[in-house]
Amino acid sequence: MKTPFFNCVTAVISKDLRAEIRARELVSVMALFALLSLLVFSFALELDKGAREEAVSGVLWVTLVFASLLGFNRSMSQERDQGNLDALLLAPVARTAIFVGKLLGNFIFTLIVGLAMLPLMTMLYGLNLLDGWIILTEAIGIFGLATIGTLLATMTVQTRAREALLPIALLPIALPFLLTAVRATKGILGGAPASEWQGALGMLAAISVIYLVLCLLLYEYIVEE
Amino acid sequence: MPDDSAIIIAEGLSKAYGGLPALRSLNFRVRRGEFVALLGANGSGKSTLLRLLSGLSKPTAGAIRIGGWEMPREAMAVRAQIGLVAHQPLLYENLTARENLEFFGKLYGIGIDERERRIAEALRTAGLSKGAGSLVRAFSRGMKQRLSIARATLHQPDVLLLDEPYSGLDQAAIERLDELLSAATEDGRTIIMSTHQLERIPRPARRALVLARGRIAFDDAIGRRNMSEIYRSSNA
Repeated sequence: MKTPFFNCVTAVISKDLRAEIRARELVSVMALFALLSLLVFSFALELDKGAREEAVSGVLWVTLVFASLLGFNRSMSQERDQGNLDALLLAPVARTAIFVGKLLGNFIFTLIVGLAMLPLMTMLYGLNLLDGWIILTEAIGIFGLATIGTLLATMTVQTRAREALLPIALLPIALPFLLTAVRATKGILGGAPASEWQGALGMLAAISVIYLVLCLLLYEYIVEE
Repeated sequence: MPDDSAIIIAEGLSKAYGGLPALRSLNFRVRRGEFVALLGANGSGKSTLLRLLSGLSKPTAGAIRIGGWEMPREAMAVRAQIGLVAHQPLLYENLTARENLEFFGKLYGIGIDERERRIAEALRTAGLSKGAGSLVRAFSRGMKQRLSIARATLHQPDVLLLDEPYSGLDQAAIERLDELLSAATEDGRTIIMSTHQLERIPRPARRALVLARGRIAFDDAIGRRNMSEIYRSSNA
């Protein structure tokens, strides 16, 4: 009677990917925002090369967080605009499967933007960000961000002031892993011994897992009236 | 005496939004294969009732049983039996008609071969075989509504709920929709269709359930003699 969890997850992801490939409404907007932000930060910090190098991990994560806000909002708006969230909820599928499908879609889109930012930042800031550990940190951080972002976007998209509400709701909750991600990235970029930043990376992974578990527990209550 | 053929049973069904009652203690039964026209003025509670029956909303009080399963406790079993055509088309504009049906077919757990067969049949019945590869955003309101019915019936639900399906359709699209509803009736589906226009009661509808201010104002068979009574109730 109930559609298998994995089938629902893959159906939602492939639907989101297909729609995005066709419409290019999410990645292009996020990427353009990220590009403009990086340029603005680059110009603003140009006078002080030392400060620019010091700030690069912060610039990376702040840009990613704000770019992802645009993506999460748009992703859930697509479900709401034609009443599609209702169509998903009408199906005999676990609510958590819908959540995981949307989460993974958001993760993929944000990761694409995050990865594209690395070579650009390498050029603009004169620091090599094309590093395996940086990419891993980015992937873990973006996963955590997508987890809480998908949940909160599902809540706020049902309100009139959704564009304003999502940042207000997300930023305080995202703060713990934003700080941890910046610390890990800064340690890797600064060439600090692995023992100094691997703890932050582990903490980032732990926070992401905690957020995932909480979101899985809460999602059903949020989408059900 | 219990009605064994009742597929939908609502008992003491109430719904309130923030203390404001939308439905007040409704009691009714719908027999298997019956076509019920749900009538009433705007704000009478028609959409709220359809949302409760589809499981998208939970009642404040009372009980709903569909196909023997209790809502919302056994909602998962009920969902597989229900198709909903809502105000909005519930379709993805950036997917083609076929891709939309494929997606919903997957969500309802229909196997690949069976899915392909049903999609081809649904597109043919909806008169959309030629437009199957076109994006839904390029469709007219009438085409979206037909595709919406194809989506809602793809998993062959026992119960089809339609919320004002005629709104925004031109005469040709209305006639096409009537044909689709007649076909659904012949397939033995139980249909509840809401409308605020009495002249839009489809021919296969045999019973009128009229809501006024959240209460049942009329519930009887549709006949020439009681049309004026139905009209009075729906404008109460």
